[in-house]
Amino acid sequence: MPITYTSGEQVEVYRFSLPVTIGVPLVALIIQAYVPKYVPGFAIYVDLPLLVTIFFAMARRSPIAGLFTGAIIGLAQDMLGHGMIGMYGIAKTVVGYAASSLGVKLDLENPGARLLVTLGFYLVHWVVYFTVARALVNMTQPWSWTHGILAGLVNGLIGVLLYFFLDRFKQRT
Amino acid sequence: MESVLGRYRNLIILVGVLFLQVLGLAIQVKTGAERETRLIRLWAAGAITPFERALVWVQSSSGNLWHNYFYLRGVRAENRQLKEQIEQMRVEQVRLSEDAAQAHRLQTLLAFKEQFIAKTVAAQVIGTSGSDLSRIIYIDKGENAGIKPDLAVITADGIVGKVLLAGPNEARVLLISDQTSGVGAILEKSRLQGVLRGTSNGEIVLERVMSDEQVQAGETVLTSGGDQIFPKGLRVGTVTNVSNGKDLFLNIQIKPAANLGRLEEVLILTEKQERQAVAEDSGRVRAADILAQRLPSVPDKPPDAAAPGSSANTAAQPGTAAIVPKPNNSAANVPAPTAKNAAGKNPSKGTVTPTPPAKASAQTTTSQKPKPMNAAAATETKPPTAPVQISTEPAIVEQKPAIQPKPVPPPAQPEPQVPPQDNSPQ
Repeated sequence: MPITYTSGEQVEVYRFSLPVTIGVPLVALIIQAYVPKYVPGFAIYVDLPLLVTIFFAMARRSPIAGLFTGAIIGLAQDMLGHGMIGMYGIAKTVVGYAASSLGVKLDLENPGARLLVTLGFYLVHWVVYFTVARALVNMTQPWSWTHGILAGLVNGLIGVLLYFFLDRFKQRT
Repeated sequence: MESVLGRYRNLIILVGVLFLQVLGLAIQVKTGAERETRLIRLWAAGAITPFERALVWVQSSSGNLWHNYFYLRGVRAENRQLKEQIEQMRVEQVRLSEDAAQAHRLQTLLAFKEQFIAKTVAAQVIGTSGSDLSRIIYIDKGENAGIKPDLAVITADGIVGKVLLAGPNEARVLLISDQTSGVGAILEKSRLQGVLRGTSNGEIVLERVMSDEQVQAGETVLTSGGDQIFPKGLRVGTVTNVSNGKDLFLNIQIKPAANLGRLEEVLILTEKQERQAVAEDSGRVRAADILAQRLPSVPDKPPDAAAPGSSANTAAQPGTAAIVPKPNNSAANVPAPTAKNAAGKNPSKGTVTPTPPAKASAQTTTSQKPKPMNAAAATETKPPTAPVQISTEPAIVEQKPAIQPKPVPPPAQPEPQVPPQDNSPQ
């Protein structure tokens, strides 16, 4: 079974080169902003910056690195939108921290496990975002479990392919 | 104490980062997000849009190469179809211009002020916010092209949104489907006014219409001009569904006329003017003029060879089209399209084409009673001093229906340009 519970010493920790660390989130943001011009439903079901956050957090296995990765990517995503800056930032900070904390405990290499973990983190991200939107910013956002699970599955499928591609950039410490 | 900090270090940093972001959110909520974060958003847009601009350039270049040089299937048929459409629209234009002239006269009578679009800037859509909760697009024109916040953004189909923020070379446009957007709108038939708003799921609804009003699905929605951003009368969309909403108001769903999901090029109204309505009679266009322009004509000759009485030129001018008689099909040197162009009603009577000045022709069309347009009538319109000239132009005329037509003998040399007052023989 590829999902294994390991001690901190046993688990493999990876690092990434500077171009990959900056370039991959940037490309994710550009694609996220560009593709909806041609595929309107893309922005509704896919969150590439979230997938990149999860991948980097789980590969680095450092909660601090994870939360800062999530915060920076989330804030950049906020800046491109029209809403308050910090809503995606808070949601992705939580996801980055949680994903790296989970990465310390579990070694996820199996596509099925990656799909489930991505689905779970998508829902966490969604819950945090909507909590912030309703409680702090007083925005009225509709809540739909069907949409959340569907979008989570779509993100999970895309995430499996994306992680497989990004695995090539991993460098052993 | 040190061990506690070390033990919960990650958690403390997490709480600290979250606290800072919550603090930032609180400041924005209190002071207004757009004002406080304007610079940050401009920097973010400045970092992302060059890449998007490059992507758009690559995509459009490759698309142009394919569509303009390789994939030309169906172009002929489409061209023919478009030509037919143009002809229909030109005739329609005549009718509409009459209506517009009438509306102008009424506006003048009532001393209304009218708004019109004075200047627009075309821009290409290069990206979106990437989030379904924030419906904005980025365009490739900014302050350097005269774009400023609160300018209206439209397409040929309908309105799109308004400029929210303008950088030097890019601008952010808030779509009408965004939750924070609001547009003054009016229903075309019932003339009910309301406010157009976006919803969280990207739909557009017309608010503030009382539930005792009758609104039909399919009715067109236009801008009312009340928001001071969009000029009055621009197309917004059509009503798709009407139901009872809350607080005695109807819930009217609108399908936008512009395809907001697939925008590629937009127009930004950089200048709109308001002026007192003025009735203009001089600019009226008659159906005969439109038809005369639409029909094929003889191409112009070089200036040195063109005779002043060239009927081809005369026929092409608005207001003078009906003067040239229609020649018979058997004319030796008259091509068929020219015969059509002449648009005469009595071809058998045509003999020569006079060269009345444009003013005289205009008088014929506006002040005189309509007469059968034949050569005799045309001759009446010329000034008494004007010489009757026999032109060598092929478009001119024809004498009688004849099996073997007698061509008009050309003069020895091309006649020079002669003013109508000059009676001296050439």
